[in-house]
Amino acid sequence: MSTSYNLKRADFIFRNENDWEKILIRTIKRDKQELINELISSELKGRGGAGFPTGLKWKLASEASSDQKYVICNADEGEPGTFKDREILTKVPFKVLTAMGICGFITGATKAFIYLRGEYKFLKTDLEKAIDEFEYYCKEIDFDFKIEIFMGSGAYICGEETALMESMEGKRGEPRNKPPFPTHKGYMEKSTIINNVETLAHTFTIFKHGAKKFYDLGVQFSRGTKLFSVSGDTPKPGIYELELGMSLQDFVDEFGDGDTKAVQVGGASGFLVPRKRFNETAIGFKGKLSGISLPTGGSMMLFNSTRSMFNVLDNYLEFFREESCGQCTPCRVGCQQLLIGIKAVKQGAKPANYLDKLLKLTETMQYTAKCGLGQSVANSFSSIVENFREEMIY
Amino acid sequence: MNQTNELITELANKYGRNRKNLLPVLQGVVEQEKFLSDDTMIEIARELDLPAAEVYGTATFYSFLEYRKMGKYVIRICKTITCAMKGKNQILLTIQDMLKIGVGETTTDKKFSLLQTNCLGWCHKAPAMLINDEVYTELTPETVRVILTEYIKK
Ligand SMILES: Cc1cc2nc3c(=O)[nH]c(=O)nc-3n(C[C@H](O)[C@H](O)[C@H](O)COP(=O)(O)O)c2cc1C
Ligand code: SF4
Repeated sequence: MSTSYNLKRADFIFRNENDWEKILIRTIKRDKQELINELISSELKGRGGAGFPTGLKWKLASEASSDQKYVICNADEGEPGTFKDREILTKVPFKVLTAMGICGFITGATKAFIYLRGEYKFLKTDLEKAIDEFEYYCKEIDFDFKIEIFMGSGAYICGEETALMESMEGKRGEPRNKPPFPTHKGYMEKSTIINNVETLAHTFTIFKHGAKKFYDLGVQFSRGTKLFSVSGDTPKPGIYELELGMSLQDFVDEFGDGDTKAVQVGGASGFLVPRKRFNETAIGFKGKLSGISLPTGGSMMLFNSTRSMFNVLDNYLEFFREESCGQCTPCRVGCQQLLIGIKAVKQGAKPANYLDKLLKLTETMQYTAKCGLGQSVANSFSSIVENFREEMIY
Repeated sequence: MNQTNELITELANKYGRNRKNLLPVLQGVVEQEKFLSDDTMIEIARELDLPAAEVYGTATFYSFLEYRKMGKYVIRICKTITCAMKGKNQILLTIQDMLKIGVGETTTDKKFSLLQTNCLGWCHKAPAMLINDEVYTELTPETVRVILTEYIKK
């Protein structure tokens, strides 16, 4: 079995980007089909949370017939506990721009956008400078590719790919029904490839070093490295590049403060793992051979024994209630009722078994909400309520 | 108001009079004036040839496109979990004490508005806040006093 279960540090993402011009020109001289195959064989999966195979996404977009295609870099990074995309755009912007260019070459898109969250507006000037330099070089080598920054305005839901496109079209950021998927009908109804900042940075590594180098890292179904945003009760908060597939116990041994009670994996829309499950939990995408594996956009928040899990859940629910786009009833009303409900139980206005009703409600939301926001409220809710029931009541 | 109309025309010229350019236009106005009044939204609708209700509906969706009058400096304190655990309330109390305003309020001299916001993406350096587009991290009641004192002098 190729499971590593050991925490292994890596250093690809932030390593030297000075050769971007060479990588760009070298790569766009290669055969498109061969490049797609290389990306597919790396088994890179999207780092924005959903984990869709990147090679397949680019392949679908390359096959789509559309008079205009777009590449979008999703830099809306709003999941609580995530702050790695900003670091990439600050430290190695040219890797991302180059990857966008290569994506355009492969799929036939000549126009691209970076959707940057409003909270990161201070990055805009430097990023624009990098884009100018990038476009200047593209012109020099006769490569027709343009990149623009589109600013967000403080809405977490706009990180959801179709809400993001609605927003770029000048509308409320309300997710669309899928299908059609963006590779078929995306921004302005045209074929669109949307990827997370980190995903794009990994494709740079793959086109630079070859798919094998990437594939050899991590474990089965979870290949390569991943940036982790580590925060909470830890002596070393920050951004770390680690191979996928480690056990959560290893992670806590490295980053915990000796008193770690639980870890929230994947932000508010992810799962809370209590201490007794650290050993059996691996960090990677679903489909591993044994144990529980949790996909993650890289948010790892540690809580020690001084923290009340009621306060944690209360904080998440307030977040969801405010960030729900309000478009569909299960999510709009559900988030509000959950928040009211846990407070009522805590204050004794409702009996303890009311929590079971609320758990049922999250299950309903999981099946009936229109997008990932409403669907994933159940993750943190059930993992907290089931593991820390007493803290919800007393 | 005329100044605002000029700004709107200027922004519409720059970005284009299309629905898809609505956000940049709204953002451009907020950058200058800190908020969107009803009149401003109606004027934007006229300039971009859109129904005013659409402009209003879109603008009010986004938390950074304020439609209440805001001060020159908008302070946004992160209230999401890690900042909350690392002393956000202390920071909030310090600011409230210095400016004598509550959350959602603006000082009488129209210089500061105080808001809370969701995850700013600085959890590893919590607690964090924005003053307009500037980020301040690893705040303590002492450092926030120093920072605000500088702004008060401006
Ligand atoms: C509520 C919600 C918020 C999201 N926020 C982000 C985000 O901030 N950044 C991001 O890259 N993807 C985000 N996503 C995932 C995107 O919809 C999409 O899957 C992703 O951008 C695709 O890129 P990838 O395949 O490279 O991960 C979010 C999804 C949901 C449901
Ligand atoms: S699940 Fe929530 S965020 Fe998603 S579309 Fe429905 S109301 Fe909007």
